[in-house]
This record gives sequence, structure tokens and C-alpha cells, in this order.
Amino acid sequence: MKNEPLKAENYKLCNIDRVKVDKILDKYPSNRKASAVIPLLHYVQKKSNGWLPVPEIERVAEILDMPYMKVYEVASFYTMFNLKPVGKKLLQLCHTTPCWLRGSDQIEKSIYDTLKIKDGETTPDDMFTLMKVECLGACVNAPILQINDDYYEDLDYKSTKELLNKIKTKKNIKPGSVIGRKSSEPYDKNGNVNVTK
Amino acid sequence: MLQNKDKIFNNIFGFQSNKLSHALKRGDWDKTKKILSLDHDVIIEKIKKSGLRGRGGAGFSTGLKWSFMPKTLGERPHYLVVNADESEPGTCKDRDIIRHEPHKLIEGCLIASYAMRAHKCYIYIRGEFANEAKILQSAIDEAYENKLIGNNACKSGWDFDLYLHRGAGAYICGEETALLESLEGKKGQPRLKPPFPAGVGLYGCPTTVNNVESIAVVPTILRRGENWFSKLGKENNTGTKLFCISGHVNKPCNVEEEMGIPLRELIEKHAGGVIGGWNNLLAIIPGGSSTPMLPKQICDTITMDFDSLKNAGTGLGTAGVIVMDKTTDIVEAIVRLAFFYKHESCGQCTPCREGTGWMWRLLKKIASKDASPRDIDNLLELTKQVEGHTICALGDAAAWPIQGLFKNFRDEIEMGLKLKKIAAE
Repeated sequence: MKNEPLKAENYKLCNIDRVKVDKILDKYPSNRKASAVIPLLHYVQKKSNGWLPVPEIERVAEILDMPYMKVYEVASFYTMFNLKPVGKKLLQLCHTTPCWLRGSDQIEKSIYDTLKIKDGETTPDDMFTLMKVECLGACVNAPILQINDDYYEDLDYKSTKELLNKIKTKKNIKPGSVIGRKSSEPYDKNGNVNVTK
Repeated sequence: MLQNKDKIFNNIFGFQSNKLSHALKRGDWDKTKKILSLDHDVIIEKIKKSGLRGRGGAGFSTGLKWSFMPKTLGERPHYLVVNADESEPGTCKDRDIIRHEPHKLIEGCLIASYAMRAHKCYIYIRGEFANEAKILQSAIDEAYENKLIGNNACKSGWDFDLYLHRGAGAYICGEETALLESLEGKKGQPRLKPPFPAGVGLYGCPTTVNNVESIAVVPTILRRGENWFSKLGKENNTGTKLFCISGHVNKPCNVEEEMGIPLRELIEKHAGGVIGGWNNLLAIIPGGSSTPMLPKQICDTITMDFDSLKNAGTGLGTAGVIVMDKTTDIVEAIVRLAFFYKHESCGQCTPCREGTGWMWRLLKKIASKDASPRDIDNLLELTKQVEGHTICALGDAAAWPIQGLFKNFRDEIEMGLKLKKIAAE
């Protein structure tokens, strides 16, 4: 993976839609433009393949009349901003206690067995990057794997493997629970939705 | 046990649509104009009387918190900020409110803002909830289109704007002043209090920060009456609460129950019981990762409310119940939490920035059984050095689970260390 910083002179900036940017800025008082820094970084990161090259951070600073360093501070403080390139599919595996109790170590193993990547690594074809992250806030659906914006829930070794193989072969996958659960209702292995009346 | 008629969140599992047309059928936005015809302070008084305590973890009276806002709207605008930065391990209730009952939250924002004389409200949602943010934004758009919010909201004469702001992955932004810093476009590092947000909050203006669940229950309380709410639950711990039951149970789930329900009943009635039966239970973290764990003998009888759990040396917190059965390596479970706090410390206060790292390293050493009882003493001493010596409660939250671990399992852990030593010799 090309982890060396890109050079500004041969970097092509992403297209920024001013209308969308103004819509974001409208949410905040006109003298408090800095409030839009996180939403704008999200927007730019999405446009530039899931990470934030320095020229893009500079541009956000320019739009918001902020010093570059202040924007960089924000970009480096929050874990969702990637300062290094990532694969097309960013796998974020929760490994905090509630997910660990339900077997997140097995999911990590399944990812390694399928893609041969460990925490922080990217596949040679730049398709997948694995990051171990802290609590994703869906603990009753543990273990969770977040792939780009979507949560995949109630996973185990086998279903993770199937999920990743489907992505590899470009088949459609449905976000949410992989065992057919609607959301966070009590659900047993036989598939009976059992909501206590 | 809570009866269906007393449930506030009838669509918490999303079996019905989250669209406005369905929300109206469930009773949302019913006679909101009438509620908004009450005086600001009457609404605050009603919420106070209902006994509603903040659902974000601290359990402070919501009505009382609201009453700290200035009684007249001066030069500086007032703000309501809703904390949807749900990241406490074990907690996932706000996510379900946002994606399945968004209109309860939006209506709550309007009423609470009106009560505190705020014309603007921000909802700060955690960045990872990208899909949930989309759902909430479309619900907000729907409310605007139907003139439920915006200028002259619900034809009440009150102008109200609601904005959704996405965070970017930082547990610390769940702390109210860190959240305000983040909303102002800075690193999420907590502010010193005082001044409290009700005096100097967002952009230096009077601000109240409330949890999603605290705000989302407000419309129902006002419609059904504060007496209905205060009759549910226990004295000083009134109403209903969303519990998240995760870990070693047969059917992990979210469920709305009455405050003060026995823990055992909660788990056995709703979550299908502990895996391998109640006797296979080792310990339970009752209120999200920050609260110290309870051993089985206390879990047998404890009830789930703020005061009972406080008396047992722990807390209700966010009501994220993490169940651990006898197969659990209990030290490793807390190592993971110690790593979580190390990762999420904002780095502002030295005791927390350095202390969380040391707590994790020492605990890891103990987990590998390559340690002596002296390491345990050092670790406990360290937790005391961090606890109470930081600007916000993250330092405390990092120390408590470790203290809880050794309070309940020190003998077993020391025995493990001894056995390893004997085996090595």
C-alpha cells in the first residue's frame, strides 16, 4: 500500500460542490463557520476515496477561514478521519468487551483467514483495509463489523467469511443483522421473534 | 412488569415504519400546539414533578437542569443540544430511538426548546451512525415540510430550527462540554466547570445538553400527565427506561421496562436468561462500561434503578447491562475496557492521559498472570491517583471498572497468579 504522503503538485483535488458546502454552512451562525469543520471533512473524505490528503485539509481550512493547523488538529483527533489511504472497503471491527464476549476474536480470525490482513493492513489489491475499533454502539447485536457506512450484525466465523466472499465476487449484500433479525428485538437461534407481551 | 399500555416507545424494534404518517398513528405530534400554549415554566415544573432523571448516565433531574436556564431571553440566544453521541460500551438504545422513533425525538426537541426559550437546537449524533443520521435527517425534513417545526412550529407562534450535526468518532464527545467544543469545530476536550453550560455553553450562550432518551420521553409525559409517569417505577426513580442487555444471554436485546425491575427478572423475562442458566452467571456490569461490576450474589436480588445500584457501589449509568457467564476471563474483559479508556482519553489532563495507559499495561500484565500481588496494589493505588483528579469523569470511568474487578475477584485473581508461579517453578 502506498503509505507515503502524496505530493501536492501532482495531486488532483476532488470536486467540491459549492451548493452542498453552503448547505452545510447554513446550519451554523455565519460568524461560527468553524462548526462546519467535521461535516466538511466528512464530505471531502468521502469524495477522496475514504481518506484525507493534506491538500484537501488545506482546502477545508481555506473554505472555513481557519488556520491549517486547527483543521489538522481536528482531522487527527477524531478516529473516523483517515490520514493514510485505505482500501475501497474499510472494515471496522469492534473489539470492546460486549463484542468480545460474543466472539469478536473469531471475526478477526475469519477476516484473516479470508483476506490475510491484520489490524491496520490493506489487501494488495487495495480492496479491503481492516481496522480494529472501539465500541460501535450496537452491543445487543454483537459482534459488529462496520463496512464503510453500514453495520453488519450478529456475525460469527462462518457468516463473516460468506459476507467477505460475497463482496469479493461483487455480489449484493444487505446491511444489518446476518441472521434475519429485524433490529434489536429478542431473537433466538430457531428464528422465532419472541417479543414479550 | 411494564404493561404494554404504559410503554412509551411502541416501535422501538422498527416493526412499523418510522415515517411521519405512521408516527402520527402512534400518537406522536398529537396536540403539540396545546402543550406549547402552556407557559415555559409550567412545562419545566411538570417535568420536575414527573421525577424524570437524565437517561445519559448521571441521573440528574431533567426538570431541575432545565430550570437553570435564564428565565428571560436576553441578547444571547438559548440553545438546546441533544447528545446522541452514544458510545458507552454496552449501550445502544439511542440508536433505536433515532432510527425507529425519530419523531418522538424531534417533537421532544421542540417542546424542550420551547420550555427553555431556545429557538435553535442541535442534535449531535456520533459519526459512525451514518445510516441513522440519514433516517433522522429525512424525519427532520418531513417535520419541516409539514410545518411541525420551523417558523411558527405547529402553529404555536414559536419559531424553532433543528439541525443535525455528525461527529467523527470520539467517545469523549459524549461529555457535555467536550460535545460543545466539538460542535464549535474544535478537538473534543472537556471544559472546566464552572461556568456551567446553562450560563456559558455553545458559542458562549446559555445551553442545555440532554440525552436522546430524556428528550424523546418528554412529549409522552406531557400528554399523559406527570402523575402517570411518576407512578411508574419507584420513588425518586420514576418512569420507564430502555435497557440494553448484551453479552452472555440467550437473546440479547433492547427492552423498555419500569425503573426498579429486578435485574434477574429483566434478564430472564426479556433476554432469554443467562447462557447455561442463572447459576452459570459470573458477574454483570449493570450500566455501561463505566459502572463497576456486580458479582452473582448481588445480581440475585438487586433492582435496576439509580438509588439501589448506587447503594450497591455501582450505578445505573446508561442501563447497558453486560452479562458475563462463568466461561468469561474476567480480567481480560476489563483489560478490553481499560484499553477502551486509554484509546478514548482526550489527552488533556495528565493523570488520565498517562494513567489510562498505565492502568491498561498493569492490568494486561496481571491478565497474563506474569505478575505479583504487589502489581495489584500498585494498580489500585494508580486508580486512586486518577480518580477525581481530572477535568471530566473519563478518568473516574476508567478507574471504576478496575476497582470493581478487584473488589469482587481479588482472591481468585491472586490465586491464579500463585498457581502460575508454582507451575513455573
